[in-house]
This record gives sequence, structure tokens and C-alpha cells, in this order.
Amino acid sequence: MNDIVVKTEDVVKEYRMGSNILRALDGINIEIERGEYISLMGPSGSGKSTLFNMIGALDRPTEGQVYIDGQNMSQLSQRQIAAFRCHRVGYIFQSYNLLHVRSAHGNVTLPMIFAGISEKERNQKAEKLLDMVGLGDRMYHLPDELSGGQRQRVAIARALANDPSIVLADEPTANLDTITGREIIDLIKRLNTEQGVTVISATHDLKMLDVSDRIVDIRDGLVERIRNRDEIEIEVGEVGGEGE
Amino acid sequence: MQQRTPIEEQIDLPFVESLRISFQSLKIRFGRSIITTAGITLGIAFLVSVWTNNEIGVALQESGRQTTINTFEETTEQGISTKDIWLIVMSLIVCVVGIANSMLMAVTERFREIGTMKCLGALDGFVVRLFLLESGFQGFSGALIGALIGTLGAVLLGLKDYGLDLFFYFPLLPAQPENGPMQLGVIIVILLGCILGMILAVIGSSFPAWRAAKLPPAEAMRTEV
Repeated sequence: MNDIVVKTEDVVKEYRMGSNILRALDGINIEIERGEYISLMGPSGSGKSTLFNMIGALDRPTEGQVYIDGQNMSQLSQRQIAAFRCHRVGYIFQSYNLLHVRSAHGNVTLPMIFAGISEKERNQKAEKLLDMVGLGDRMYHLPDELSGGQRQRVAIARALANDPSIVLADEPTANLDTITGREIIDLIKRLNTEQGVTVISATHDLKMLDVSDRIVDIRDGLVERIRNRDEIEIEVGEVGGEGE
Repeated sequence: MQQRTPIEEQIDLPFVESLRISFQSLKIRFGRSIITTAGITLGIAFLVSVWTNNEIGVALQESGRQTTINTFEETTEQGISTKDIWLIVMSLIVCVVGIANSMLMAVTERFREIGTMKCLGALDGFVVRLFLLESGFQGFSGALIGALIGTLGAVLLGLKDYGLDLFFYFPLLPAQPENGPMQLGVIIVILLGCILGMILAVIGSSFPAWRAAKLPPAEAMRTEV
């Protein structure tokens, strides 16, 4: 199998902070295969969220290229980038980023509205997805009326609305307790194995380790090392009991 | 085996869909919408009351019924006192600043929402259109209520100054007195107030909305208010 879905070439991202320039990414080269579950790990400030933003076309690199499905993202038009975000990727964020004015159902239908799907079809799909994440009975609640774990479930359902081939999850468990976090990880893993969705997750949650196919350690804006699942088996044993 | 389908172009949403989303947003955010709209109402009420009051003053002056008003004030050739001009200009400034401020705040606190919508595939133009519709509606309804309140205020003030004579000479429609300035009439003043409120609200919100829509989503979502 050598079907590369994401490839970055010397990606550099600099932020200007007053007169200082902060180099958040210092030349990142990674390749991610279709169907993989990848965890980008590193301490906060390591640049993993910045890399996450580059892969998801949420921000532009200062230098370097990002290729998704073989397409150079910097050569896409605004309309193509919008379509890319709408159809190809599902985003899950640490702070859920649900629209407070829309119900769980309304949040899940929104990407389908942008995709031009008919009202009947999108209502059916939203119900199906919310059922799948275990929120069938709370569909018409506003996000403020849901717990953290439930909100993240809505976000997952929303991320899947347009059948993306990639799910990007930025610290999806950081605001959740251990058990809820575990449930969310299991849910994301299920998507990966059952639906073949490529999952790219920025995290420093050790529970993410045992579900990942590969772990990319990011430090100071550079790829420190890339570990395969079998290389981390021993470490998993140490953290496995955490959620019990 | 490799999936290399080219990335298509994002479609434009039908206008009805934008309309539906913006009204839904206004409805659920009702309390906050009311506060923003109240800002517009106050600005326009102030402007229209001063302006209408002035129209009434001039109309009664023309009729020869004017009694005490302006006696001690310097009056310009057109019959409007400098104090009145000063008041109208001041109220216009208060109105512009007040409306621009409330719209700016209302949009800035929604930067995150804008970023999120872009993550889900919204085009920049769609985001701007949503805010244009919301603010246009808020601007018009706020300004209409403000204009009516302002007119009512001016009428009550006029009743105090001129008594029931006010109704005989009420400057409802535009008029061109023989040797005086063109009078717009209260209806035109109300109309201008509504248009002004709507334009200010739309400019006040679509400018920051456009700026936020142009930002990469990651940056819009990072913005803290």
C-alpha cells in the first residue's frame, strides 16, 4: 500500500509577534497514507496544532508545500479550498467549535447545506449520524445544553456530514475527563477501521497512542521522530490502565 | 487504485438559504440582537427627534405663529438657527458612532463562528452576505422604531412649545415656502432616518465581517474578544 493522501514538503510557518518572528514550523516533511491513524504528538508550543492547520487548509504556510490527494494546496482557488474543506475533510477541535445558535442537528446539517444537499436528505443524514454517535435523543438541544462529551460527539457527527476521506482532530480529548476522552477516542478509531477514514490527530493525550498506526513526534517545529505502532507497544502497557 | 479526483469548486448557496440562516441566527440570539438593534434605535431616535423638531420649528416660523423660539438665538439666512445645525450635526455623529460601535462589537464577538463556518465550507462571500442580511434587517427595524420614537418625541416637544397650532401647520410633506428654505417634511425625515440607520448598520457590520471572512479560518478562530 502506498497511497499517499497527505504530503508536506519543507513546510515552514512563521508568525510575526511585534518585531519578533516566531518560527512555529521549521521545515516539516511527512507523508500520510490513506486509511492511516496518525497522531501528531508534542508538548504545547511544539507546532503540532500549526501543522494541523496547514494540513487542513485552515492556514497558509510561509514556505513549503502541502499536497492532499496529490493536489498542491497553494495552487487551489478560494472556491476549491472551500469545497475541499466542505467535502474532503472533517474537523474536530479541542473546544468543539459548535455554532451556539444552532441545535446539534443544525450543526450537523450546516456542512451539508454548504454542499448543496437537499433538505430532506440532509435531515435524514443528520439523524443517522447523531444516532451513530449516541445522541439520537438529544438532537434538537442547543450545544449549551449538552455536556462536553456530548458536544464533542456532535462535532464528530458534523465532521462526518459530507463523508470526508480525512478527519482532522485537534486535541479532541483535551477538555474531557478520562472516561469520556476514551469514548471519544474509541469513536474516532471506529470511523478509522470501519469506514476507512484517514485520521490525523494532534494530541498529547497518551491514550491516543494505542489506537494510532504511527506517531509523529513534533518538537520545536520539527519532526523529531516517527514511530510505528509496534514500536510503542511497551509504552502502551504503561498507560493502558489509566482509564480503568 | 489511487484516488486522484480533482478538487471541485464550491457552489453558491441559494439566496433563500442565506435568508433562512440569518433569520434563524437573529431569532436564537434574540436578546443580543435586541441590544444591538436598540443601539441603532437610540441613535436614529435622537437624530430624527432633533431634525423633526427643527422642521416643526421652521414650519411654524414660516406660518408666522412662531412665538418664543429662536428669539435670542442667532438665526441663519435660511431660518435655521446655528444651535439647530449644531444639534443636528452632533446627533448625526452620535448616531454614526453609536451604530458603528454596536455593529462592530456584534461582529467581532462572532469571529470564531465565522472561522468555524469557513471550516465547514462556507465561501467568504456567503459569510459576508449573512452579516449583510442580518445587519440590514436589524438596521431597518431598529431605525424605523427609532424614527417613530424620535418623531413622537419631537411632536410632544412641539405640543409643549406651540400647543395645538402644531397640528395645523405640521410639516408632514415636503414644502417650498416662498422665501424660506426647502422643507423636507416629517415623512422624508423618517425615511432618511431609516435609510441612514440601515446603511450605517450594514457598513458597520459588513466591513468587519468581510475582514474576518478574508482571514484564514485558523486565525479567525484564534481571535479573542
